[in-house]
Amino acid sequence: MAMPAEIPRAEPGVESADASSRELHERLNTAGPERDAAVVELHALLLKAARFEVNRRRDALPHLRGGDHEDLAQESADDALLAVLGKLGEFRGESRFTTWAYKFALLEAGVKVRRRAWQGREVPLEDEAWAVLADARRGVSHEAETRDLIAALGEEIERSLSDHQRTVLVAVALNDVPIDVLAERLGSNRGALYKTLHDARQKLRRALAERGLDVGGNDRSEER
Amino acid sequence: MNQPHDRPDAARILARTLGPEGPELSCEQCFAQLDRYVELELAGADADGSVPGMRAHLAGCPACDEDHDSLLSLLGAE
Repeated sequence: MAMPAEIPRAEPGVESADASSRELHERLNTAGPERDAAVVELHALLLKAARFEVNRRRDALPHLRGGDHEDLAQESADDALLAVLGKLGEFRGESRFTTWAYKFALLEAGVKVRRRAWQGREVPLEDEAWAVLADARRGVSHEAETRDLIAALGEEIERSLSDHQRTVLVAVALNDVPIDVLAERLGSNRGALYKTLHDARQKLRRALAERGLDVGGNDRSEER
Repeated sequence: MNQPHDRPDAARILARTLGPEGPELSCEQCFAQLDRYVELELAGADADGSVPGMRAHLAGCPACDEDHDSLLSLLGAE
C-alpha cells in the first residue's frame, strides 16, 4: 500500500496530556493496591466508552433486548481492558491517555455490534453485486460517460481481480458487508482485508485508465 | 452502520469500488494515529497536515471511519 514516508510528531502544545489522564497512566505502571485501583478506574472509563458506542449503534441491533446491550458493552470493556494493559508500553503521550484508551473500547464495541448485527445472516452472493451495478448503470442511463465507466468496472471486476480480491471487493464495496464481519467469516482481520481491497481498487483504477476511462474524478468521500 | 441501500447510487458505487486516490494509511496505522488525529481536529489544528494519509483512509475504509466518528463524538460529548 502506498504510504506516507513518515508520520510527523505532534506539534508542541497539542502533545501535552492533561494531568489526571497522565496520573492514571502513571498509576497503571506501578504495582500493588495503587495499580489495582487504577485498573478499576480504567475499566470504568472503557465501559463508559463501550456503552456510548453500543448506544450509538443501537439501531443496528433491533433484535436485542435491553440487557443484551449492556452485556455487549461489558464484554467490550473487558476485552479493551486486556488490550490496553497489554499495550501500555506503546502509549507515547501524543494524546491524552484516556483518549488513547477510549479508542480500544470503541473498536471492541464497534466490531462486536457489527458482528452481532450480521449474526445468522448470509454474506450476499456475487450475483447480487451484479444487480447493484446494473441498477446503477440504469440510474445514469442519460450520462454516457458514467454509464460506460460502470459497465467497464463490472467487466474489470470479473477480468482483472484475483478470486480473493473479487470476493472482498464485491462484499465490502458493492454488497455493504462490514469488513469486520467478512474478516470473521474468512478467518482474517480488518487490516489484511483492507490491504486486499486497496490492491483490488488500484488494479481496477489502472485497468480502467488503460481503457482510456477517466477515474480521477472518483476520489470522493462516500456517503455516510 | 453499513446496510444495503435500496437504490444504488452511481457516485457511491464508484467511490466504494475505486476508493480514494493517492497514498493512504493502513488500518493499523490509522488506529495508531486515531487518538492524536481526533484531538488535533477538536483543537482546530491541522490534523490532515499532521497525519497525511489519514483522511484518504477514512474515505476508503468504512469501519475505520466509523471508529473515527465514534471517538470524535465521544470526546465531543465530554
